[in-house]
Amino acid sequence: MEKFMRHRGVAAPLLRDNVDTDAIIPSREMKRVSRQGLGEGLFAGWRYTLPGDRDPNPSFVLNREEYAGASILLCGDNFGCGSSREHAVWALQEFGIRALVAPSFGSIFYRNCIRNGILPVVLDRAAVEGLALWVQSDPRHNVLLIDLPAQSLTGADSYHFELEPGLKQMLLEGLDAISLTLQHEADIADFEARDQRRRPWIY
Amino acid sequence: MEHAQTLFEKLWDLHRVADLGGGEELLYIDRVFLHERTGSIALRGLSAAGRRPRDPERVFCTMDHIVDTFPGRTDQTLMPSGREFIVATREAAAGAGIRLFDIGDPQQGIAHVVSPELGIALPGATVVCPDSHSCTLGGLGALAWGIGSTEAEHAIATSTLRVTRPGTLRVNCRGTLAQDVGAKDLILHLIARYGTNGAAGHAVEFAGEAVAQLPLEARLTLCNMAVEFSAFTGLVAVDETTIDYVRGRPHAPSGEQWAAAEAHWRTLHSDPGARFDRELDIDCSVLGPAVTWGTSPEQAGGIEDPLPDPAKEVDPARRTSQARALAYMDLKPGASLAGTPIDAAFIGSCTNSRLSDLRVAAAYLKGRQVAPGVTAVCVPGSTQVKLAAEAEGLDRIFTAAGFEWRESGCSMCFYAGGETFGERKRVMSTTNRNFEGRQGPGTRTHLASPLTVAASACAGYISAAGRTP
Ligand code: SF4
Repeated sequence: MEKFMRHRGVAAPLLRDNVDTDAIIPSREMKRVSRQGLGEGLFAGWRYTLPGDRDPNPSFVLNREEYAGASILLCGDNFGCGSSREHAVWALQEFGIRALVAPSFGSIFYRNCIRNGILPVVLDRAAVEGLALWVQSDPRHNVLLIDLPAQSLTGADSYHFELEPGLKQMLLEGLDAISLTLQHEADIADFEARDQRRRPWIY
Repeated sequence: MEHAQTLFEKLWDLHRVADLGGGEELLYIDRVFLHERTGSIALRGLSAAGRRPRDPERVFCTMDHIVDTFPGRTDQTLMPSGREFIVATREAAAGAGIRLFDIGDPQQGIAHVVSPELGIALPGATVVCPDSHSCTLGGLGALAWGIGSTEAEHAIATSTLRVTRPGTLRVNCRGTLAQDVGAKDLILHLIARYGTNGAAGHAVEFAGEAVAQLPLEARLTLCNMAVEFSAFTGLVAVDETTIDYVRGRPHAPSGEQWAAAEAHWRTLHSDPGARFDRELDIDCSVLGPAVTWGTSPEQAGGIEDPLPDPAKEVDPARRTSQARALAYMDLKPGASLAGTPIDAAFIGSCTNSRLSDLRVAAAYLKGRQVAPGVTAVCVPGSTQVKLAAEAEGLDRIFTAAGFEWRESGCSMCFYAGGETFGERKRVMSTTNRNFEGRQGPGTRTHLASPLTVAASACAGYISAAGRTP
């Protein structure tokens, strides 16, 4: 997994509330049994003029020149709600998104981001809206700096964000959760031995 | 017990393996359920990393999302490349040595329908599935939640997950639901009142008189849409209804183990005086049939309620989303949904496709006809449900009324590039998501209960049985 330390990138505003994972990657775009090849389907319903077509819709934010190469999305409330499809995260990743900023995220989506090295930044609504206004006001300053060790995000102003220390560590070191957990093999085996006496019907 | 605990705390503590520090805990996972759309990727990822299931006996997989639901179906699907998912899943399941409910298997069906009906999901068990509606199983008193494919690999390889503990929220469902108002109406009203974000960051326990009176299958319906409420999961306390439901299921314990299990399950409720981080109330006695008008489950209300007028909405974000939703749904502010002509009716999905749902719809449809021009489809949630319904003659009632009677699966609950009711078609649907394009590009979805969908199918327009014309 790619590590996340500091990131400077173009931020694009997509301030709709309740953007669900069906919208991030429509089911019809999940064509293969694979984590790859999903970037093109990102926001397909909004990004292209017709379903299934690849004609860019010029009014969609990620098609606009000033946001070319965007790697940070400024999002509305409850971003990534709905279906658990990790494809939403893989599509964002392949497109080049490294961080998302929103007042809140869908909980499964949030964990999927962490497991794939995308940083979900939670800031209050006023801060996200302020950042979006600043980014929109002049195409020359659409670049934000995110410093994960310091837990700060900087545009015109600087904001502090919260993140569980364990999750922060995962992102900083690009750790594979399974390998980490396997180090707890003795704990797991202990638990099973105790639990098999307590709840034998589970095993 | 030292202090009064909530049901959620009991379930969490029962499964805690280790504190990982940094806000994460390692929880033991009792069952993993997979399906061909996201499970195939997890199984492939696992074997690519050279890993094996820690306990293949407790991992299950079904074909529900991508398989067609037409009678006589094969591996071929209307969804382009669907076959690839089906074949890959079959191979990966065989390679991993796990039980697969394949096409043609009498136990095949939608994951969240199959797992309780076979007793794979049990009260007090942790069950995860790379599918957001895993929370359905909370209706049994199981601690179940949706995960991504990477976490599914983790659960299969280690029998654990690293989880951040959510808060607790109790929804007190006071009073009694009217006889023609069900769990689907209740959850839609609740989400409409408190918003899709209403339970974010919390595990929700549905409690109160109205919930205690719900049959088990209705509790599954209620918990099914906890994810639409942004909850970590939904839960209902174990009681007599739960225990009666589980008794005799194929994977449920039997003999001496049953007695021990039953005694344990009877402790799975919130203790008197247990403290929740938050509490919400809803008076069930005043609720009528609910239907969604927009493109988020919170955009819902009574069938005769006037639709909102964005011009009168003060919150700018809500104003924009209301206007977008009304435009997508082709509806006018101020009017009511009652009487709006429909093109299609769909009864199915992990929300409302169990035997009790089909019985309610069939009781209404008996002796009636689907209105001309309305396409009506019924998709039982599992092959077991289908067979049981056929044994009661429900299939004949559905087909005599003009409904198609299908093989089990997710079907048109979502659009995977295959079957759809079509662009701009207005669908009354017993499913759980009304997002833009959820049932196909440009398709307009109204979520409602099986009774309301059946009544609307016969009327040809949105209608509540016996309440509106
Ligand atoms: S029936 Fe619909 S909501 Fe349920 S698992 Fe299938 S696709 Fe998902």
